[in-house]
Amino acid sequence: MSAFWAVVQRDLVLAMRRKTEVITAVFFFVVVAALFPLGIGPEINTLRLVAPGILWVGALLASMLSLGRLFAADFADGTLEQMALSPNSLSVLVAAKILAHWLLSGLPLVLLAPVLGLQFDLTEEALWTLTIGLLLGTPILSLIGAVGAALTLGVRGGDVLLSLLILPLYVPALIFGAGAVQAQMSGLGAAAHLSILAAMALVAAVFSPWVSAASLRIALES
Amino acid sequence: MIWNSAADFWAMGGYGFYVWGSFGVTALLMALEVGWVRQQRQRALAQVAAESASEHGLSKDWQS
Amino acid sequence: MNKIFFHYAAPQNFYALAGRLWPWVAALASALAVWGLWLGFFVAPTDFQQGQGYRIIFVHVPVSWMSMIIYLAMAFWAFLGLTFNTRLSGMMCRALAPTGAICAFLSLWTGALWGKPMWGTWWVWDARLTSELILFFLYLGYIALTNAIDDTRRADKAGGILALVGALNVPVIYFSVKWWNTLHQGASVSLTQGSKMAEIMLQAMLIMAIAFWLYAIAIALYRVRSMILMRERHAQWVADLPEIKAQFKGALP
Repeated sequence: MSAFWAVVQRDLVLAMRRKTEVITAVFFFVVVAALFPLGIGPEINTLRLVAPGILWVGALLASMLSLGRLFAADFADGTLEQMALSPNSLSVLVAAKILAHWLLSGLPLVLLAPVLGLQFDLTEEALWTLTIGLLLGTPILSLIGAVGAALTLGVRGGDVLLSLLILPLYVPALIFGAGAVQAQMSGLGAAAHLSILAAMALVAAVFSPWVSAASLRIALES
Repeated sequence: MIWNSAADFWAMGGYGFYVWGSFGVTALLMALEVGWVRQQRQRALAQVAAESASEHGLSKDWQS
Repeated sequence: MNKIFFHYAAPQNFYALAGRLWPWVAALASALAVWGLWLGFFVAPTDFQQGQGYRIIFVHVPVSWMSMIIYLAMAFWAFLGLTFNTRLSGMMCRALAPTGAICAFLSLWTGALWGKPMWGTWWVWDARLTSELILFFLYLGYIALTNAIDDTRRADKAGGILALVGALNVPVIYFSVKWWNTLHQGASVSLTQGSKMAEIMLQAMLIMAIAFWLYAIAIALYRVRSMILMRERHAQWVADLPEIKAQFKGALP
């Protein structure tokens, strides 16, 4: 367990030395959320309708930007190989890296979303639903994204390829996350959507570290 | 016979564009795929033969 | 049974087997296609709701089914390959992918051509078409990943994991898209709406589906032979193949 927290701490410290990368993803989210109204028009009723989708897609894209970094640096300097050879379970170490990734790239989006939601005139309840949804959904993005990052490790054109691979897999989280806010806005209540999101997050948390570790071993042994 | 004439058959009751657009593109893509795998095999055979030739130290003009 | 399995797990033996099989499979596919098309165009009656336009189902439904069956077949080979570490399983998985992608594309293409005259729009965000679109993306992703990795064994295994993860996600994706679709009813139409299908239409559809399935198998067997040749090109048995020796017109090795 201490190995787990050691890796989390290490990744956080390393990221703090390259703050710009973290900030860029957050900034991307802000810019995208502002671009859509510029493209759609200022009619507030329309914007309120499309807000859940826009904010979720924006969060999705922003969190995908930083996935390339997840294993790349450690792969390049040999740390990843050390992790694979260490007595600790690679799945546990990968889980730690995913947690660190989420703390750096997912959590800021969760905290920022309600602020951006105000630009779209969402009600307080809708903003809550949005925030809780993203709180459940952004870990899913990090978890699924880790599998993609492991598969494309060191491959040319890896970042764009990574997006192509995982975006289809993101669709269920997107549907239920944005759907939760829409359900709340139409008075139906978001409980069902959020429960399903929670279930997806749980399943992803159980399987993703293991699948990612297997994918990393494949990348390392070649 | 359902069709009164060849013209009727091609017209497909007014839906000719859609029906033949569907079957036509399907047939086209399948033909292209067949052509592609055959070309793939030809290239594989040629490359394997070329490498085998160089391994056995044959002259470059082994193909007459 | 095990002995047969292990015998044909060797690329050399599978190469020979595939070489013997594919012409027969292709011939059977062609025969069934002719029969299915004859039934579809000359025996099946006009649909009273959709006129002659409904005949697109004789190609739309088969390619849609095939796009899903091929993906399942890929997942099967991926599972075998990752579990038993056999080279051939990875090759079969990769050999099936292009055909599957083409089927997915054709499903969308013929679906659009069916939708336009029937419901007025080229595209409808119904659950089945949207899921098919995502399946098409999954195919493209698999092909892109396996092509991007130079190391063939790594490419096989990475593709295998991707195919399995995709296959396990397909039900989740389909379910979510269905949910998404029913909550936004509005102008959504189901492609299965319409009159109950006559026996003969169903029969023609089934025969076309099997024809496509056999076509996919024949193409995959043919394609895997080229892959075996490339991967095993340094082996003696490859150099001894008559088709390789035939490449040397004149000079003898």
